[in-house]
Amino acid sequence: MDIKADHLLDAKGLACPMPIVKTKKMIKDLNSGDVVEVQATDKGSKADLQAWTKSAGHQYLGTIEEEGTLKHYIRKASDESEEKLHPDTVNNEELSQNLQNDNVLLLDVRESAEFAFEHIPEAVSIPLGELDERINEIDQTKDVYVVCRTGSRSDMACQKLTEKGFDRVYNVVPGMSEWSGETKSLRS
Amino acid sequence: MAIKEISVKDLAVKALQKEELFLLDVRTEDAFQDWKIESENFTYLNIPYFDLLDGVEEIEDQLPKDKDIVVACAKGGSSQMVTEMLDDAGFTNVYSLEGGMKAWSEHLMPVKVSDLTDGGELYQFVRIGKGCLSYMVVSNGEAAIIDSTRKTDVYVNFAEQMGVKIKHVFDTHLHADHISGGRTIAQQTGAAYWLPPKDAEEVTFDYQPLQDGEKVTIGNTTIDIHALYSPGHTIGSTSFVVDDQYLMTGDILFIDSIGRPDLAGKADDWVMDLRETLYKRYKDLSDELIVLPAHFMIMDELNEDGTVAEKLGVLFEKNHGLNIEDKDEFRKMVTENLPPQPNAYQEIRETNMGKIDPEEEEQREMEIGPNRCAVR
Repeated sequence: MDIKADHLLDAKGLACPMPIVKTKKMIKDLNSGDVVEVQATDKGSKADLQAWTKSAGHQYLGTIEEEGTLKHYIRKASDESEEKLHPDTVNNEELSQNLQNDNVLLLDVRESAEFAFEHIPEAVSIPLGELDERINEIDQTKDVYVVCRTGSRSDMACQKLTEKGFDRVYNVVPGMSEWSGETKSLRS
Repeated sequence: MAIKEISVKDLAVKALQKEELFLLDVRTEDAFQDWKIESENFTYLNIPYFDLLDGVEEIEDQLPKDKDIVVACAKGGSSQMVTEMLDDAGFTNVYSLEGGMKAWSEHLMPVKVSDLTDGGELYQFVRIGKGCLSYMVVSNGEAAIIDSTRKTDVYVNFAEQMGVKIKHVFDTHLHADHISGGRTIAQQTGAAYWLPPKDAEEVTFDYQPLQDGEKVTIGNTTIDIHALYSPGHTIGSTSFVVDDQYLMTGDILFIDSIGRPDLAGKADDWVMDLRETLYKRYKDLSDELIVLPAHFMIMDELNEDGTVAEKLGVLFEKNHGLNIEDKDEFRKMVTENLPPQPNAYQEIRETNMGKIDPEEEEQREMEIGPNRCAVR
């Protein structure tokens, strides 16, 4: 699976501070939740982007290196509401206990780039934006646990699934941001 | 508008002369915490450059108007940007550090330690940013270099200026914190490159084996280098006694600390070798010998004249690492609670063995940060 990004920024050959100056400029005009792939050759760009995203409130997803080019993936901060509308929730610990249960399907609705760098091994990836068109891939006979980073996107996904007739849907709160169990990366 | 810049050479002089200076370090907090430009009368402010992209208003009142401000970053690009912004904001006393911490890490300063018997001279090359020390012994038209760094042109040019021919290049041990320039200098000048064979078992090139009791003559005067086999930091670590006056201890003994035995992954095996060297072999030497180590860790270890040197007798009195009676306590000190290992130390070792040959830019990246070869 390729790591998908909504936008590409070419900062190859540019020295510090330009990769960050350009990233900051680009990300300002993007939609919340969009994923940017920043290509850079400056080795220092990784530590700097990690620190900058942290201070600016964006989400650093990870970096892969291909033939001397560093590809950094960053997700623009989104205003994730605290309010959860879907009534049925489980916490991380309950998810962990039920993961081995054959009747449980774990659906990860984060962006594919987020999923690529870190996900729970049993999870199936369908980003929130693709849920409508791919809803048929989900087995309606199972207990569907929906996870994202903080419980906000998964809340929306749960509502959508309930509308479409799924009756055993659980939002995992808070989700990956606090997950301490086993994870996998597509790149390792 | 043209901004003002300061070279690492000029900043090194200010650091050594303990001048007052305000250092605005615009690298990330982690990088700053890990390693910075040290001097007694420098004051510091660390704000990452990416937090200043929208303007410098927020830090203006934290900056002095009455003393010089030096802006430092990793490579010299971001500091130019911030210096320009400060310049626009009306600060006239701001200088961008040319080449940033990378240039700072590489800067080498030759300092004369002393004259030797029969007209010879001994120089210490202080790599102030990383705390590495290397040496050149000069006598009657010939020179020997000990523990040279990667910036080989500095030594080669220095020898040229002195009108001497480099005949021998030594490494006291296989370094883990910096890339040795020894092999390159030897190839370039036709000098012999010496390594302790026990550290060189995996090297991919030819070398002259340093054996205990070896004597090498530089020039035709009486300057001899005795290889004094002293395992501890690495199993092959070797010390030299130069001109019966100077003890080059490599990474075994420093001014205010001792060598860590774990960088080749064998702390437990080598602890007692290290103790044996420090507490027996060195103890048997004359107290009058002047110790010249391969590193310093803190600016306090520098003498007024910029050299790093102290009598062995004084170290036996004052260096904590030489004054631990109890063997178990000693073992604990050098194997537990060790500081973090030097940046990329495995890759640096492999480079020094000739197993890998990274591009220059990569070598600079590998060497970033302090040397971290000591325990205190």
